[in-house]
Amino acid sequence: MPIPHVLILRAPGTNCDRETAFAFEKAGATTETLHINRLLENPRLFERFQILCVPGGFSYGDDIASGRILGNQIQHHLNDQMMKFKDDGKLMLGICNGFQILMKSPVLLPPDREQGPLATLTANDSGKYEDRWVHLEIRGGKCVFLEGIERMYLPVAHAEGKFVARNEGVLRELDAAGQLALRYVSARTSPTAEIRTGMAGDVDIPARILPFPENPNGAQANVAGVCDSTGRVLGLMPHPERHLDPLQHPRWTRGEAGAVGDGFQIFVNAVRYFSN
Amino acid sequence: MLWEVDIHPAAGQPDLTARQVETAAAELGIAANLQVHSARGFLIQGDLDEKQIARLAAELLADVVVERTVVALVGDNVLLAPLSPSLPVGSRLNESGSRLKDAILPPSAFPLPPSSVIHVLPKPGVMDPVAASTQAAIADFGMKADAVRTLKKYWIAGLPEESFPLLCSKLLANDAIEQAVIGPLPFSRLEVGSPYQFKLVTVPIRAMGDEELKALSLGGQLYLSPVEMRTIRDYFQTLDRDPTDVELETIAQTWSEHCSHKTLAGRIRYVDENGERRFQNMLKETIFAATQTIRKRLREQSSGVSALHAPLSTLHSPPSTLPSPLSPLPSPDADWCVSVFADNAGVIRFDDEHNVVFKVETHNHPSALEPYGGANTGIGGVIRDPMGTGMGAKPICNTDVFCFAPPDTPADSLPPGVLHPRRVMKGVVAGVRDYGNRMGIPTVNGAIYFDPRYLGNPLVYCGNVGLIPRDKSFKHQQPGDFIVAVGGRTGRDGIHGATFSSAELHSESDSVSGGAVQIGNAITEKMVLDVLLVARDRELYNAVTDCGAGGFSSAVGEMGEKIGAEVWLDRIPLKYEGLSYTEMWISEAQERMVFSVSPAQWPELEKLCSSEGVEATVIGRFKPTGRLVLKYHENIVADLAMQFLHDGRPPVIRDAIYTPPVPRPLGKGLGARDQGLGTEIISLGGTAGSSSSAPDAANSSANTAGQASSATQTFSLPSPLSPLPSLKKILSSLNVCSKEWIIRQYDHEVQAGSVIKPLVGVANDGPSDAAVVRPVLSSRRGLVISCGMNPRYGDFDTYWMAAGAIDEAIRNAVAVGADPRRLAILDNFCWGNTDRPETLGSLVRAALACHDMAIALGTPFISGKDSLNNEFRSSGNEPISIPPSLLISALGQVEDVGRCVSMDLKRPGNLIYLVGLTKNELGGSHYALVENLEGGEVPKVDCDLARRTFLALHEAIGAGTVRSCHDLSEGGLAASIAEMSFAGGYGAKIDLSKVPHDFSPLPTNLRSVPGEGSGVRTELDATAVKSSSALEGPIDIILLFSESNTRFLCEVPPENAPAFESALQEIPHARIGEVTADANLEIFSDTVSIREDLATLKEAWQKPLRW
Repeated sequence: MPIPHVLILRAPGTNCDRETAFAFEKAGATTETLHINRLLENPRLFERFQILCVPGGFSYGDDIASGRILGNQIQHHLNDQMMKFKDDGKLMLGICNGFQILMKSPVLLPPDREQGPLATLTANDSGKYEDRWVHLEIRGGKCVFLEGIERMYLPVAHAEGKFVARNEGVLRELDAAGQLALRYVSARTSPTAEIRTGMAGDVDIPARILPFPENPNGAQANVAGVCDSTGRVLGLMPHPERHLDPLQHPRWTRGEAGAVGDGFQIFVNAVRYFSN
Repeated sequence: MLWEVDIHPAAGQPDLTARQVETAAAELGIAANLQVHSARGFLIQGDLDEKQIARLAAELLADVVVERTVVALVGDNVLLAPLSPSLPVGSRLNESGSRLKDAILPPSAFPLPPSSVIHVLPKPGVMDPVAASTQAAIADFGMKADAVRTLKKYWIAGLPEESFPLLCSKLLANDAIEQAVIGPLPFSRLEVGSPYQFKLVTVPIRAMGDEELKALSLGGQLYLSPVEMRTIRDYFQTLDRDPTDVELETIAQTWSEHCSHKTLAGRIRYVDENGERRFQNMLKETIFAATQTIRKRLREQSSGVSALHAPLSTLHSPPSTLPSPLSPLPSPDADWCVSVFADNAGVIRFDDEHNVVFKVETHNHPSALEPYGGANTGIGGVIRDPMGTGMGAKPICNTDVFCFAPPDTPADSLPPGVLHPRRVMKGVVAGVRDYGNRMGIPTVNGAIYFDPRYLGNPLVYCGNVGLIPRDKSFKHQQPGDFIVAVGGRTGRDGIHGATFSSAELHSESDSVSGGAVQIGNAITEKMVLDVLLVARDRELYNAVTDCGAGGFSSAVGEMGEKIGAEVWLDRIPLKYEGLSYTEMWISEAQERMVFSVSPAQWPELEKLCSSEGVEATVIGRFKPTGRLVLKYHENIVADLAMQFLHDGRPPVIRDAIYTPPVPRPLGKGLGARDQGLGTEIISLGGTAGSSSSAPDAANSSANTAGQASSATQTFSLPSPLSPLPSLKKILSSLNVCSKEWIIRQYDHEVQAGSVIKPLVGVANDGPSDAAVVRPVLSSRRGLVISCGMNPRYGDFDTYWMAAGAIDEAIRNAVAVGADPRRLAILDNFCWGNTDRPETLGSLVRAALACHDMAIALGTPFISGKDSLNNEFRSSGNEPISIPPSLLISALGQVEDVGRCVSMDLKRPGNLIYLVGLTKNELGGSHYALVENLEGGEVPKVDCDLARRTFLALHEAIGAGTVRSCHDLSEGGLAASIAEMSFAGGYGAKIDLSKVPHDFSPLPTNLRSVPGEGSGVRTELDATAVKSSSALEGPIDIILLFSESNTRFLCEVPPENAPAFESALQEIPHARIGEVTADANLEIFSDTVSIREDLATLKEAWQKPLRW
């Protein structure tokens, strides 16, 4: 079985690189953590890898806005390599700050020429950074990373994670395309499944944004993660690398943790993709 | 050209900043109905055209999906009008500046004159990390900005314009670091500094008399004592020359209280009720001595046999994907201290490959002036301590403890120069949050204490734990090594932090010492950390230390103490031009480390740093001269003997007196009695002190009632006796109530090692006793971080306050599973002005307790720090001194984190045990606080029983017999069981009469009976109680709310009860109840019955600080 080589991209302020590399290695991949400067010096380094992961943290301090400076660097200097990486059928994963960075790159949600970006991640409605565990549900079957997963329980830790589409039309199109792949849900039931907008075409956009803290940031359509049109690029606000082991579950002492942490399957799926 | 780019929320998007300002203005009593519109902005100076600046606005500075921009040259009136909120969504406004102007509606849309806008900008020279990043990011667009500054803008309605300055000073801007401009900006270019013209300054100290020396010390912010100033004068008289300014500054920094701890390490004549004791070096003879005694004992015992008991079962250990621990702990009797009181942090053994390091610092005075920046650089600074320990440790978690005045302090009662405690608290939390989170270090532990005496002088304790390979735990700087500055550039920020932090605060502190206040840039420090760990493992340097208080002066001075150093000041990289050689040397600009690098290592280190954009510069060389030589180009500006610098300071000699307060029975405080509240006087045998001291004013009413004598504990309780309202008041008290609002703002899970989180329980919101982290992801070995502190006890006896803080820190750690034989502690003394013998006396007394407790419990101190002179003076008022505030931080270890327990109740039907003895100790308790009672007995510690209790409980937890465990602290048994219940979502039924207690001397109607099972029990005789109604209330109140030390509640499944009881057979303990399926807390005795649903109790606990 071919073992994928994972590029963990690091920049000043990246801080989840070690545990993210640990997650991929535990899932059977090999990893290499590279500073953005190495890729800027030698963009051909991309060719050595099958998976690109942009981990969490505060790239360049999230100065100006989260992920903005690194996102711009990538767009200004590495756009072609990124597009080629994707077109070659490889995988990309952006976690938290990595998601914020991928949102600024055309590999995830290509902006339209006329009106610019389709969506953004902006300040939480609560107005502050928060670390808390959330329930998640997977929507649409197209994302490679989320294959076979129905629900997950993972922590979020961010100040700017509120998904906002440019307008409702964009939101509906992304949903129809199955790209709004990960949603915040309530602990027991899934209100998003019950409440529909009643719009034509049975588009499944919830009329109701879940209240805080189920939806921890006020994201439209309770979106916690989105994938690209191919399903091979995923960005998500929650941290799957923080729930690999039952001991990371906040209630493992109550016997609520499973045998394996909920986030682990994302990394296993990525590795397995290359064995098929 | 100076462009301004303003960024507004787009129509339909929330203006979160404005809402926060409106709320805060109402909270602070400035304006009840403020209406605010906010924008953030950038001032960009450079040769950029309109099209370029519009592109930057759209692609770099704003988020066009949710924001709108206004771009114009500074001075253009379009910048003064608030953007209309009714702009259509989706319109992009990035083509050109002129089109942007068209988008502004006439003032009628939000009818405010230009004078209604307030700009807030960092003062020139103050760190502006976003501006620095922006400048670099602009370069990435192929454009050039000469200078960038950020700003915030507020359009204000609902407040008369004459009140704007008040709004600015109280809320929007901090004069220590920011300037507020009402109306148009009064400048059209940004100052970038002007070149420095060298001029050597000497100080004619040889000719100075005492008065002039005093003026020099104060005026020059040297803050040295008269005898120290005379020593310096005499020294230069023997040298036959006057010192330069930088020599004087270097001496002042090295001799500062902050850097030399001269008071506590000085000579002290201490007198208390037991007689007189003379110390040559107080710290050495108390706290350090205890550690030496423990280490000696450990080494002596290491030949003995002592293997850990193997765990008995795996009751609640989940099927973790991690391998089981292969090697057990090294013999716990071996000396596991590695480096104590020597390096920047204490170092102890962790596992076969790693040591752990721990340091806690305070950053009180900067936080009083600028809460955000002070706390920000406080945590940033303490993180550099482990980074600068040995060859550099990797920071793995933070702990933060704060002391504030109550946030509901009336705004109009504040003395001049004091920030409102609510603003202080919000700023401090935000400062710690932003730095810790950006560094990627989980903040896992903390506490907050509220007391009105922290009003002008809040306390901010910041701690960091690091992990270091065993073979990297010591540093070895060599003669001939380069002195290399790595990290942030040097600016005018933080001048005089070391000397200022040793002085008292007063109402003009912000204007005098504003330069001591700084803003950190966490990412610069993270970049330094990234290269440091690589360079360490590639052995690219011989030593490293942090640049903290005192800047290069302190770092180089300490590193070169035994060698000698020559520093080339002109090579120090500067943030901007214009710094004098002295400013370069003493600046405390953040995020700098000093490395000792051999010429052979240097090229590779330089290459590594440069590859990650980290600035590294050779600024001097360690030379075996025994002298500190500073040069600015070819000019020698300082030439001092290291020996004079480090050993020339005259010893500080102080008197210390401790007079124990006259014991006083528990009774109503004067204030409440004056209000004429009806009270019922109830007395209970038991003395507040062994003496027959005369009762004082506070209990004279009790005497009048004929119920009390000098040997009788007197209660005067509200009538009727109602413990449930007391419990709710305790749960709602600021020290006890939920701190979730703060905890969640900290990333407590980054690095993915979190095992026991600060919030636990069925809804992830119960108060954990301690945090447990796994620093090595492939291992199940864990670290436990906890703390203990209770300034209220210090009002009774600082000895027992200190003993209680140590007991609390340890019991918190043991409660989650820490091995008490492998537990290290840290001391942080924050005290008032120790020039007063009484104040110093109360500190020495606490240090004596530290010595006694550490030895008795076998828990060595491995590091510590003191911050003295925590007082606030304002003209015409008595200085406000903080209460004696000793923080004890504990670092414990667990072999297998799968054996840890949390504090939330787990399963109905499980048994609840109380471990430890409850005594008549309500003095300083939270019961006394909420019921406005004074006097009583402060909790003491039975050291021998405490040691045995910790060991036995650890054995019971390690054997897997315990499902949940919670210590008893503020609020006693009642608060503890309430917390366990609502955290677990299960009720509990507690029989108060089963509680093991030791009311000594026992009243006649109490008798001791053997426990039913194993262990010693003392029980209340129900018959006797009934015959003496006077006793009913007090005894139940004591059992419910006494804060006696070394007590735990344990939840034990019935099937584990025999094993649990067997582990605790030598320890007082009793089964006092069980977990119930209904959501009610029920506590009863023959005479008292509390019943309340958990939701009500939880709400009482969560509400006060749910901001």
